[in-house]
Order: sequence, then structure tokens, then C-alpha cells
Amino acid sequence: MKLRKVTAASAAVFALALTATACGGDDSDNSGSSSGGGDKIKIGIKYDQPGLGLKEPGGTFAGFDVDVATYVAKELGYEPNQIEWVETKSADRENALERGDVKFIAATYSITDERKEKVDFAGPYLLAHQDLLVKKDADITKATDLNDKKLCSVVGSTSAQNVKKDFAPDAQLTERGGYSECLSALQSGAVDALTTDDSILAGYAAQDQYKGKFKLAGLKLSNENYGIGVKKGDTETVNKINDALEKMVSDKSWDKAVEANFGPAEYKNEPAPQIGNIVK
Amino acid sequence: MTSVLYDAPGPKAKRRNLIFSVVFFVLLALLLWWVWQVMDDKGQLEWSLWKPFTTSEAWTTYLLPGLADTLKAAALAMVIALPLGAILGIARMSDHRWVRIPAAVVVEFFRAIPVLLLMLFANEFFARSTDVSSADRPLYAVVTGLVLYNASVLAEVVRAGILALPKGQSEAAQAIGLRKSQTMSSILLPQAVTVMLPAIVSQLVVIVKDTALGGVMLGFTELLNSRGTLAANYANVIPSFIVVAIIFIVLNFIVTSFASWLEGRLRRSKRSTGAVLGAEEVDDLNAAEVGGTRKTGGGVL
Amino acid sequence: MFDFISDYDDPSLLGAFWVTVQLTVFSAIGSLIWGTLLAAMRVSPVPLMRGFGTAYVNIVRNIPLTVIIVFTSLGLADIFGVAMGAPDDFELKYFRLAVLGLVAYTAAFVCEAIRSGINTVPVGQAEAARALGLSFNQVLRLVVLPQAFRSVIGPLANVLIALTKNTTVAATIGVAEAALLMKEMIENEAQTLLIGAVFAFGFVVLTLPTGLILNWLSKRLAVKR
Repeated sequence: MKLRKVTAASAAVFALALTATACGGDDSDNSGSSSGGGDKIKIGIKYDQPGLGLKEPGGTFAGFDVDVATYVAKELGYEPNQIEWVETKSADRENALERGDVKFIAATYSITDERKEKVDFAGPYLLAHQDLLVKKDADITKATDLNDKKLCSVVGSTSAQNVKKDFAPDAQLTERGGYSECLSALQSGAVDALTTDDSILAGYAAQDQYKGKFKLAGLKLSNENYGIGVKKGDTETVNKINDALEKMVSDKSWDKAVEANFGPAEYKNEPAPQIGNIVK
Repeated sequence: MTSVLYDAPGPKAKRRNLIFSVVFFVLLALLLWWVWQVMDDKGQLEWSLWKPFTTSEAWTTYLLPGLADTLKAAALAMVIALPLGAILGIARMSDHRWVRIPAAVVVEFFRAIPVLLLMLFANEFFARSTDVSSADRPLYAVVTGLVLYNASVLAEVVRAGILALPKGQSEAAQAIGLRKSQTMSSILLPQAVTVMLPAIVSQLVVIVKDTALGGVMLGFTELLNSRGTLAANYANVIPSFIVVAIIFIVLNFIVTSFASWLEGRLRRSKRSTGAVLGAEEVDDLNAAEVGGTRKTGGGVL
Repeated sequence: MFDFISDYDDPSLLGAFWVTVQLTVFSAIGSLIWGTLLAAMRVSPVPLMRGFGTAYVNIVRNIPLTVIIVFTSLGLADIFGVAMGAPDDFELKYFRLAVLGLVAYTAAFVCEAIRSGINTVPVGQAEAARALGLSFNQVLRLVVLPQAFRSVIGPLANVLIALTKNTTVAATIGVAEAALLMKEMIENEAQTLLIGAVFAFGFVVLTLPTGLILNWLSKRLAVKR
């Protein structure tokens, strides 16, 4: 009896395996086809950047990118409850737009010539600069001070390579999965500086755990014009988003969003950029 | 103390063992004390870093969805790899050279390649040649990598499971005039499935562990990856790491225990042929040229 | 067709595979030593050591290698200040940390392979050795382990092959080995399939002969009983 039971059970496992395989396929098909759904809008943001795009406990989203995207979506005719947020990591952004997985992306997306070959940009809506985050008492005042120092950045980011190439060829560079992992290394002294856009750094430095321990070096190593990425050739959406961004600045919503998100971080942001005015 | 290596300790040995115990204990305690001191020194023991794990939000927003993705990828991979592995394993035992050799080549090839390489390749392949959405792509890539590798490992499990059966089974089947396919489908496979169940279950541990690769290298939002989003919120890199490691240990411990419970039960079962492919024997199967099943341990890396 | 390979020189294709080989060799030596020690603990007469060995193996085997490797970087290096003798040379530091992580992980499997090897040595061998008046250390060192090692060559070969493949996980902390180079190439070049084939071939070249040689060796050295 026992053997028969076990055999039956194993047969069931095999059968289950086969049906479940089929189910797996169906399941993913469904989620794929729903991406073109009528009254929802999919927007790509970052999930792990305090002050810009952060998935908060409880599943809500907060940050400057999120506020800008919400405002723009509203101008496009979508209420906040019609927005479906999608995490678009840096390396995935072009692909997500090309494939039409998201309508637009507001995820610390700098406008560059290279990216403009693949996607179209609306904006810019914020001018940030590459900078260094260092310990409060560190004496790093210019980028060349970084020679012989230890630098942290995230995998696939260009900012660290820029520093190594242009300013401090002798700097030691380690790349981590996320900025929070760099911060923990910075705090314990395993690295001397963390480099990326000042807007991102400010958000991290303002977290309760790190408050008062770090400072921005204020170097303005580069200009990062944050734009809203749109599928290549979708000029209509670009124009609509540009109108929305202009309105956001003129009705002071932009200032409010800046104050709400960067205020606590004491981030001295640049004034609202003119649409289409890309600072090289 | 039932080891064959030493007698029951006499008074002298007892004293020596006690000294060893004390020395070892002191060393261990010193190490733990040092770890504790450094953690405290670096502020890693502050309650504010650990407190998030006592709130339900940290779990429902980050860890549980991450765990769900880990389990989803592992389950999908197992469920697809199992029939595929069975087919490959049986094909490898075929009497026809043109079936046997290609199956062997496929199995040996995918076992020789790191699963990370398979995942990276699958990820790029899906991005360029298919229209899988970029949100689903990491899952597809992880499952593809895991299936390719584990199907070839399971193929060897199936082969060894069938070989582990007493020879009389197939001889008796032949004697009553069953054809080869009938022997396989109604005599050998049903018994072999029983034989190899523990090995299959413990292969799940390998699959669960390998999903973490996709989290770090492909951005698949499994447990280790959602830990990153969590740490971005609470700024608790190390505590979140420790919690995730514990979750993995508990999860895999449950699977391992289930596998050995199953093994013990099957070994005791009177109706079976007595042949059981233990969880620990899978490692042996990873060798290319195993004829039968030697009893060796080691588990699966 | 293979033009793209020469575009990469830091590291080059061969250089990256050389790092893979180095990771494998150093980790293999380390895990053989640490794994043997663990196995000795697991069969020792001291209960505390046995407990430690068992706990170590059961914990480490159930953690993903990825978690262990990343932890050497975020935990050991950042928090505990373990710089592996190279605090100012990141390339060396993370290479050594990766080796440490691989050793910690692989040793658990080496330990289990050796322990089961010890179990295959007939009781009579140990009993005869003890009858001669050999101590525990001598029994283990002179009689049991030499025989056990022979019967564990097969299982250890599998561990070594798995280790070779597992070195790719070092890519997660930025060690410039084969998998990291493949990731970079595959993202920048158009010939996905060709790149995949090149790296697959590299690993087949590394793992297949290892398996064949060690299997031949294990059959040759097997203790005839």
C-alpha cells in the first residue's frame, strides 16, 4: 500500500510539474499583455534612492522624481491612483522604453548624447552635479585630493569611472550593488568618498542613521541634466510632458516638490532649468 | 561516542578531552566576544537598525515579496527542469547511439558551465531577441539559467535512480514480455521516482541558493535584492544582511530536513525495493563517470 | 569574427580566465586545509568540537554563496576591518576576500566529503591501529586519513569542479574574473551568442579535464577491498 501511495504521489508530482509548467507560461503571458491596459499608466522610477525615488515601508513611493512624475501624469490625464510604478534600474532604462514597458521614466535619468540615440527626452527638470560625499571631518576639497584615496560607487555607474579617468587616476575604486552599501563602508572608514550626483548623495546623507556624519564636497564635477525619458519618436508625449513641466514650474509646484524632498536634506539645488536648455 | 576511531575514553583521555573542550570553548568565546565588540563599536547593534524587523511593514513591503520571488523562481525552475531532466536522463540510457550521445553531450555541457554565465547569457538573449517585458526579464533569465543547469543535474539523478534499482526488476519485466518502453514506463520509472525523491528535494536547496545570483547580477527582485531596497530605507546594511542569511538558513534547513525525513521513511518502507537515492548522494552523481551509486556524502554545491 | 576579444585588455580574455584559475587554485588549497580540519573536528572525541563542526557545515551549506561572498566585502572588510593584508590595493583586497569566502563555503563540502570518506574506512583498520597502541592523532594521521583521502578523490573532484564554476560568484564583489568580463562584453557587443560560446568553451576546458583526470586517479588509487 505504502509503495503505491508513494508512487501515486510521485506521479502526481510529475503531472503537477507538467501542468504547472503550462501555468507558468500562461501567467507571464497575462502580465505581459496587460501592459497596454487602457486606464493605467506605467511610470519607471528608482526604488532605492531617498529624496528622489524610494519605496517606503507600506509600499508607498516618495521623492522628487516621484512628485514630478505624479504631476506630469496628472497633466496627461491620469490620477495618482491610476499610476502603476515600475522599478527601472539604471541599466534597464533604455530597454524598458524601447519595448514600451513604461510610458515614461523619471529616474535620475541624465540627458546624454549617447542615450539620445536610443530614447527621447523631455525636460530637463533638474540640474544636478556629480559630487563627492565624504566624512564630516575629511579634508577633501578638490577632486585631485582623491589620488591615493579609496572611492566607492555603484556597479554600472559612470561617475566613478569619470573621476578615475579625469581627476584622480590613482584612486582605488570599489563598486557596490547599491549606494547604501557604499555609505556603510564610508561610515566605517573602509572607503574615503562616495561619488555620484549630489541630489542622490544629499538624500542618503539626510537619513536618520547618517545625519550629521557626512558632507558634500561641493565640487560640481559634471552637469547632470535630469530629463524624462520617452520612447524614441514619441514627440507628442515629449511635448505634453514639456508643457506639464513648464506648468509645474510656473504654478510653483516644482518649488514645493523641491522643498518637500530636498529641504530635509539641506540640498542646495539649482533653480528650475529651462525646458530644452541642457547645460553641458 | 560510537566512533570507530577511538575507544570509550578512560580517565586520562577524559581529562585531556576536558582540556581540549575548555581551550576550544575559550577560543570560540573570544572570537564571539570580538565580533560582538566590533559590531558594538561600529554601531551595528543599535536598536534603531534592528527595530525595522519587528515591524510588519518591513516584512510585507520588502522581505516577503522578495522571498515570494525567490520561491517563485525556485519552484518554476524545479517544475520545468524535472520533466526535462527525466527526458534527458532516460535518453542518455537509450540503446540507440544517436539518442544517447546527443543527450550525454547536452548534459555534460550544461553541467560544465557556471549557472551565473547561463543566467547572464539568458538575460541578454531575452533582452535582444524576445519581447519579454523588462520587468519580467530577470525572472525569465534566472529560471532559464537554473533550468538548463538543473535539468542536466536531474538527468543524472534520474539515470542513477534507475540504475540503483535491482537488476531483477528489468529482467522480470523482460521475462513477462514487456517492451523496452513498457519496462521503462510501468516498471522502472515509477520505482525510480520513489528512489530519487529525496535527492530531488535536496536539489531544491541548490536551486533556492542559486536564485540569489540573479538578485545581485541581474537585478532580479528576490530576497537578497529586496534587502537592498530595505537597507536604502532604514540604512541598516549589516543587520538586513544577517536577517536575510537567517531566512535562507531556515528555509533551506526545512527543505533539507524534509529530504532526510523522506529518505528515512523510504528506507524503512517494506514495500519498496530498498534502493533509495539519498540526499547526500547527489554529489556523487555530479561526477561524469558514475556507474552505480557509491555511498559518499558531501551534498551539492 | 573574434575581433571584439582584442578590444578588451583590462583584463583580457586570457587574463580574466587566469584570475578564475587563480581563484580556483587558492580556494581549493584553502578549503582543503580548512575542510580537513572541520572533518577532524566532526569526528573528534571532544563534543564541543563535534558540535561546532556540525553547526558550521549545516549553516554554511544552507547559505547562498552569493550571500557569503558579498558579506566578506560588506561585513568582514567594511565593518570588521579585515583587509587581507592589502588595505590600499582594492584589486588584491577583493580578490583575497573572494578567496576567503570561497574557502569558507567550499570547506563545508570538503568536510562532508572527507567525513564520509572516513566512514568508508573499515572499522577493523582503526581497531587494529588502536590495538597497536596508536593515539587518536596517530590513528587519524597514519591509518585512517591516508585511506580516506583515496576514497574521497572522486567526491573531492566534484567539489573542485563545482568550485571552479563557483568562482564566477566573485564577480559580485567586482573581482575581474571571467564572468565579469563576459557581462561587460555581452552588454557592449552585438555577438551575444559568440561571446557566450567563447566563455562556455573556456569553462568546459577548465572543468572537463579536471573531472577526467581526477576520476581516472580515483579509480587508480581506489583502495582495493
